[in-house]
Amino acid sequence: MNLTLKIWRQKNANDKGKLVDYKISDVSPDMSFLEMLDVLNEDLINKGEDPVAFDHDCREGICGMCSLYINGEAHGPDRGVTTCQLHMRMFKDGDTIFIEPFRATAFPVIKDLVVDRSSFDRIQHAGGFISVNTSGRPVDANNIPVNKHDADEAFEAATCIGCGACVASCKNSSAMLFVGAKVSQFALLPQGKVEATERVLNMVKQMDEEGFGNCTNTGACEVECPKGISLENIARMNREYLAASLKG
Amino acid sequence: MSGIFNSSIGRKFAMALSAFFLMIFLLQHFAINILSVFSEEAFNSASHFMGTFWVVQYIFQPVLIFGVIFHFIMGFVLEIRNRNARKISYVKNNGGANSTWMSRNMIWSGLTILAFLVLHFIDFWIPEISTKYFQGDMTGLLPDGNFRYYEELHHKFENPLRVAAYCLAFVFLSLHLLHGFNSAFQSVGANNKYTKGLKGFGKAYAILIPLGFVFIALYHHFNH
Repeated sequence: MNLTLKIWRQKNANDKGKLVDYKISDVSPDMSFLEMLDVLNEDLINKGEDPVAFDHDCREGICGMCSLYINGEAHGPDRGVTTCQLHMRMFKDGDTIFIEPFRATAFPVIKDLVVDRSSFDRIQHAGGFISVNTSGRPVDANNIPVNKHDADEAFEAATCIGCGACVASCKNSSAMLFVGAKVSQFALLPQGKVEATERVLNMVKQMDEEGFGNCTNTGACEVECPKGISLENIARMNREYLAASLKG
Repeated sequence: MSGIFNSSIGRKFAMALSAFFLMIFLLQHFAINILSVFSEEAFNSASHFMGTFWVVQYIFQPVLIFGVIFHFIMGFVLEIRNRNARKISYVKNNGGANSTWMSRNMIWSGLTILAFLVLHFIDFWIPEISTKYFQGDMTGLLPDGNFRYYEELHHKFENPLRVAAYCLAFVFLSLHLLHGFNSAFQSVGANNKYTKGLKGFGKAYAILIPLGFVFIALYHHFNH
């Protein structure tokens, strides 16, 4: 396949940035999207040009490191996959592909397609954990009975890899699907209930301080989420937050 | 409890509560207006009751006006905050791939409804308030001794331009409700295995109520 790539190039956080056109030929339909970018970068390096900076790590759809807004969608046009799992067979010979960084005030661009998603880390630090005393005689978690339905829902929420596609897809740059998933995975389990009140209050407070927008329930996040995290997690977070506010 | 309405979830909760209130009001407004199609007498009686009963006039009406103003102001506040959350837009954005037009354009359908409300207030509410509270006529009667409510409604829908404006506004109201109804339930946390049926009910409400108002306007226009 021969393709035209329109890639966002930005030297640093202060640079204005712009789309730059690149022609790339002999792209195999079996390549992953990131492999296609690897080929482009090899070519750029051979020409003595600056390669395109983009995030990646496991390339197995697990780590949540890759991002990219491809042809107007987070992680591209395929469903239930991250950019590293997106294959070039999703495109046609002669296509023009727009490649932009995830856009949000809370996700500032560092360089080219790389954005700073440490705001998610700070939300996690605010309450996305359970406190367990690991000294003495800890009780095995398997000894605590958990309803199968709750266990399944907690597991599904816990599959969130924190990639930020929800924020990137949302017209309001809302992080509520991410925070909803992180709140839900603990709220549904007995170990998480102990700190449930302070967890949801602190995580939502941190989310607001980071400058994410308000959820208007468009559902774009759920559609674009590579892990299929459900909007029900946002509703659960809303319930948890309202109940916690009444208590606190 | 302190600070709840300064949080993103609290603001959405408040927005949803005002939406519930307005949706209940809309249903009540429709229930009275549809009487005009079936019985002039019943419509006049209901209108006179609503227009003179002190609980409606001095408690419900101020609460309604507050609810409408709150809903619009909060809508603008949320829109401004949300725009600030992405100061640099995408060059290419395919919003239609993952969300409905209605959900992405609530501010525009809302502004159209606001423009309609201005027309509606000029048409009905301001003359009503003027007659009752400035001219002091609480009788609701015409010089011939009959109630004036049905006559006023019937007369207003004679003008085809007004009917067209009303019909257009109700199309936008329907679009607003098609997203807003279920969005309000989601905002208060009512989205789980027990609330699946709400989605269908919300769609039916969002289509049937505005359609009913359009029918009333057209009925009076074509029955002159």
